[in-house]
Amino acid sequence: MQDFGSSFALAFRLVLSGDADLIEIVLLSLRVSLSAAALACAIGLPLGALIAVARFRGREALIVVLNALMGLPPVVVGLVVYLQLSRAGPLGFLGLLYTPTAMILAQTILIAPIVAALSRQVLQDMHGEYDEQFRSLALTRGRAVRALLWDARFALVTVALAGFGRAVAEVGAVIIVGGNIDHLTRVMTTAIALETSQGDLSMALALGIVLMVLALGVNAVVQTVQLSAARRSHG
Amino acid sequence: MAEPPLLPLTLRGVRLSRGGADRLHGVDLDLAPGGCTVVMGPNGAGKSLLLKVLHGLETPGAGRIDWNGQAPGPAVTRRQAMVFQAPVLLRRSVAANLDFVLPRHAQARRDDLLAHVGLSDKAATPARRLSGGEQQRLALARALATEPEILFLDEPTASLDPAACLQIERLVLKARAAGTRIVFVTHNAGQARRLADDVVFLHRGRVVEHSPAARFFPTPATQAAKDHIEGRIVLSH
Ligand SMILES: Nc1ncnc2c1ncn2[C@@H]1O[C@H](COP(=O)(O)OP(=O)(O)OP(=O)(O)O)[C@@H](O)[C@H]1O
Ligand SMILES: [Mg+2]
Repeated sequence: MQDFGSSFALAFRLVLSGDADLIEIVLLSLRVSLSAAALACAIGLPLGALIAVARFRGREALIVVLNALMGLPPVVVGLVVYLQLSRAGPLGFLGLLYTPTAMILAQTILIAPIVAALSRQVLQDMHGEYDEQFRSLALTRGRAVRALLWDARFALVTVALAGFGRAVAEVGAVIIVGGNIDHLTRVMTTAIALETSQGDLSMALALGIVLMVLALGVNAVVQTVQLSAARRSHG
Repeated sequence: MAEPPLLPLTLRGVRLSRGGADRLHGVDLDLAPGGCTVVMGPNGAGKSLLLKVLHGLETPGAGRIDWNGQAPGPAVTRRQAMVFQAPVLLRRSVAANLDFVLPRHAQARRDDLLAHVGLSDKAATPARRLSGGEQQRLALARALATEPEILFLDEPTASLDPAACLQIERLVLKARAAGTRIVFVTHNAGQARRLADDVVFLHRGRVVEHSPAARFFPTPATQAAKDHIEGRIVLSH
């Protein structure tokens, strides 16, 4: 086992030299988690908006469930998706197990509730403020929802990034449905877990550095967005 | 326009309860076409609720509302506009707030409206950065942009300085001159005198008096109205 100092030096060299394996893993991570975040937004934003604006029976219960789903354990999501996609499962014929598609699917299930629940809260607060004015203008439901989504856009970008952040950092779901196969389904978190267990600390550290930079980068973007929103006092 | 006019309006026995109690107890009211009706009454009398009932934002539990043969509903609400006491502006620029209610490609009309309310130089400013008086003028411009047949204003000048008040009043009087029916809530007796053709006095959820301004101010028929006007006059000196 290498000592910590030389592992760290090697890690930086891997990052700075643009090691091919490293880049492949990082790109797959981004592809999987960005796709999942996009899909989760496509599902979660309209759902959040609907629950924020509509009045129907069981709405309160649905909100409680949705909020609880934000805490879904990734390994459980992974397990459920695995059971669906495994050869004996109902969707086994699709042959998706151990593919990036399966990983995107699992992460989408993991973070769609986060996007839905957080956007519901944001949009509901704004709806409370706008509702009477919108009814005064006799807006259609669709027009009102679009206006809410647009006026809440800065907060919703933050919601989307929170979803992406959770996806890119999770390991439990992708390792179960992806299998951490080299050159196929190996992403940053699963690679870190593997390399660490095998004692190859430099690669693990290199990936850890990239992951940290990414997380910080996402946060920096969130801050910038909110700051510019505040500066224009639209937010 | 093929639609019949919204006025005259008839309200009979309109009741509304909120928070477990009756807030409007059988309101009877007739509004004729044209002019400016000022609604007065103490805090909690039900003025805001009455305006919301008229505008179709609150549905009464009992009673009859008849807009020249039409029942309340979105079709009626759409032909009216309301300026709330606390204006709700979109988190967008001043111009975008007007574009929101105007048809597509109506920039010329939008610019006319901005000039009309004296906000031309603020077109690109975020609406929520405007001062209170400017926000009220924008809310008024937005209401006028929908070309309402009836314009409801709920204490639109309550927190404005005297000059800003007069600005709003001038705009309201212009709208009235252009044929828009005005219903205006105010606590300010001086303002009421300047604007009113007729006065509706509300007390504890009932219309206790509805008379021409020329009669209401010198000779209010009820003690409640007399106290209210005098209280205001005393306070404003
Ligand atoms: N949603 C509600 N729930 C409970 N009570 C309400 C509600 N809306 C209004 N009320 C009550 O109804 C009464 C009339 O309210 P309203 O807002 O119409 O008064 P107002 O005449 O406009 O008073 P102000 O001059 O203070 O604006 C008040 O006592 C108020 O507390
Ligand atoms: Mg009021």
